[in-house]
Amino acid sequence: MKTLDISSLQRTSIHVREHILRMSTNGGAFTGASLSCADLLVYLYKSFLRVDPASVGNDARDLLLLSKGHDVPALYGVFAELGFIDPDRLANHLSTRDSIYWHPNREIPGVEFHSGSLGHLLSVGIGMAIDARMRKLASRVVVVVGDGELNEGSIWEACLTAAAHKVDNLIVVVDRNGFQANMRTEELIPLEPIADKFRAFGWLVHEADGHDYDDLHQTFSSLLLGCGKPNVVIAMTQRGKGVPSIAERADRWFCDFSLREVVELVDELNGRSTAELSSDTLVVR
Amino acid sequence: MNSYEQLLLRHCQESDELIVLTAENRGHLRNVPPLLGNRFIDVGIAEQTMIGMAAGMAVRGRTVVTHALAAFLTMRAFEFIRDDVGIPNASVLMVGMVPGLLSDGNGPTHQAIEDVAIMRGIPNIGVFCPMDIDEFVEGMDYLITDGKPYYVRYIGLPPVAAHTEPFLPGVAEVLHGNDISSPDVTILSYGFMCRIALSIIPLLESKNIRVRLVNMRTLKPIDEWRIRHELEDAQVVVTLEDHLLTGGLYSIVGEVLLRNHIPEHASVFPIALSSWFKPGRLQEVLAYEGLDPVALASRIETFFSTHIKESVVHE
Repeated sequence: MKTLDISSLQRTSIHVREHILRMSTNGGAFTGASLSCADLLVYLYKSFLRVDPASVGNDARDLLLLSKGHDVPALYGVFAELGFIDPDRLANHLSTRDSIYWHPNREIPGVEFHSGSLGHLLSVGIGMAIDARMRKLASRVVVVVGDGELNEGSIWEACLTAAAHKVDNLIVVVDRNGFQANMRTEELIPLEPIADKFRAFGWLVHEADGHDYDDLHQTFSSLLLGCGKPNVVIAMTQRGKGVPSIAERADRWFCDFSLREVVELVDELNGRSTAELSSDTLVVR
Repeated sequence: MNSYEQLLLRHCQESDELIVLTAENRGHLRNVPPLLGNRFIDVGIAEQTMIGMAAGMAVRGRTVVTHALAAFLTMRAFEFIRDDVGIPNASVLMVGMVPGLLSDGNGPTHQAIEDVAIMRGIPNIGVFCPMDIDEFVEGMDYLITDGKPYYVRYIGLPPVAAHTEPFLPGVAEVLHGNDISSPDVTILSYGFMCRIALSIIPLLESKNIRVRLVNMRTLKPIDEWRIRHELEDAQVVVTLEDHLLTGGLYSIVGEVLLRNHIPEHASVFPIALSSWFKPGRLQEVLAYEGLDPVALASRIETFFSTHIKESVVHE
């Protein structure tokens, strides 16, 4: 377990959120969902996962799979801050010069599997986790899924298989930000009680505040790995966390801000002023 | 232990990297689970999960052979095959059981008769359709070693003809009529229908129709040279397949014709399925659908007689 330096985590998370906002222009990005999992990804890469730019090719590294791939600005923001990629590359977002677009691509160092279509990477993660177990590697496989993604039947199919095969080096993290694309999850396909659903499927269930590093650290330190059951952490988060004029708004899922708005949003993130937004940001895709 | 089980066992002994998965389809694998130990995983009736798992293992260095009923493998798990195997070009072989007419009495839900069309439509993924257990095992031996992703139509029936060529992707084999020039009819076929085609030959030859039979073996990559050659050389080219007319061998021949300038090419007679076939015992299905050797010979003879060029009538 890496040591916990909360002020360092907080500094990094501010930088990651800035990256997310700066990628939300000139074509846009899934800003709200990215902001909700930024703290989770910062915590996991800085304080939990045994992987860094130097070990990204090591067989025994831990593996993180971003199954809700549309929040990839958060992942790439973390990669830029931790040295997996040159931060200047983020300016290539949506340019065909690079492979940085709305979903993860394995050509980016640190991306273990591409995603985009929801409900895929839990089964991919099960395969990786069983592979690691067969090779007697200490690798842990973390699969980040969205709460809206739990609508997909393939998630629950894979949950059955993971429990049946006792995949106990596998950790699912649910980014429980309460929203799916256009509305609150409970308004469309009610998911609660999520914890009971996973328990009924034979999983060990943990709940945490997905923006509280102490709570995350306590939760991830208390996971029971290797005890015959897969683990799930339901991380309570807020869509758009950290930027009040984006937070908790159904119409701030996909955002394509003007450059002026991005500057104002970065100021808002840093507590300096409130952004005035006029861009039409609800784009259903 | 059957020869396929022996093949899987041998490859697992030779390489630590081979994993065998099944979505509770064990009919032709009954003896291997205890022998393969943790290298054999039954994921349950969960085709999507199986393909996702296979892809995860493959990008970590494994070669994974997966098994499920062809209809569920190619259609329930289609997007997983496309996204998780096709995009990363993952080393996953997908063996579909009871493809085409071999689903006999199951009914339309179980009829994989568009599988060739949809699998060959995915970049990186090959399609292999053997006609007997020997060809299947020889091809799987090659493909497991090769490590490229393939969809394979399983067949467990014994050989009905000696194979003339070693298995190689994209190389068809001539099963009959290699020694004749400019045949009246060339039958291009694959898989189960290639077996039926062998029984058609004597019926056509008894009518003085000179026949060549080509087993295409892989539909992707396709032996384009062979198709071009038959279109140039034969009077009539018959495409014979237990697959829908759309997207299978007939479509492939059409694509080859469009890609190439072939003056005065053979007339092409497609024999394929136009919709779901009548379920039942296989022999009865063949008769009902007009796909038994006698009916097929008659259909081909009629087509030939109305499409023959006047200069090449044989006595």
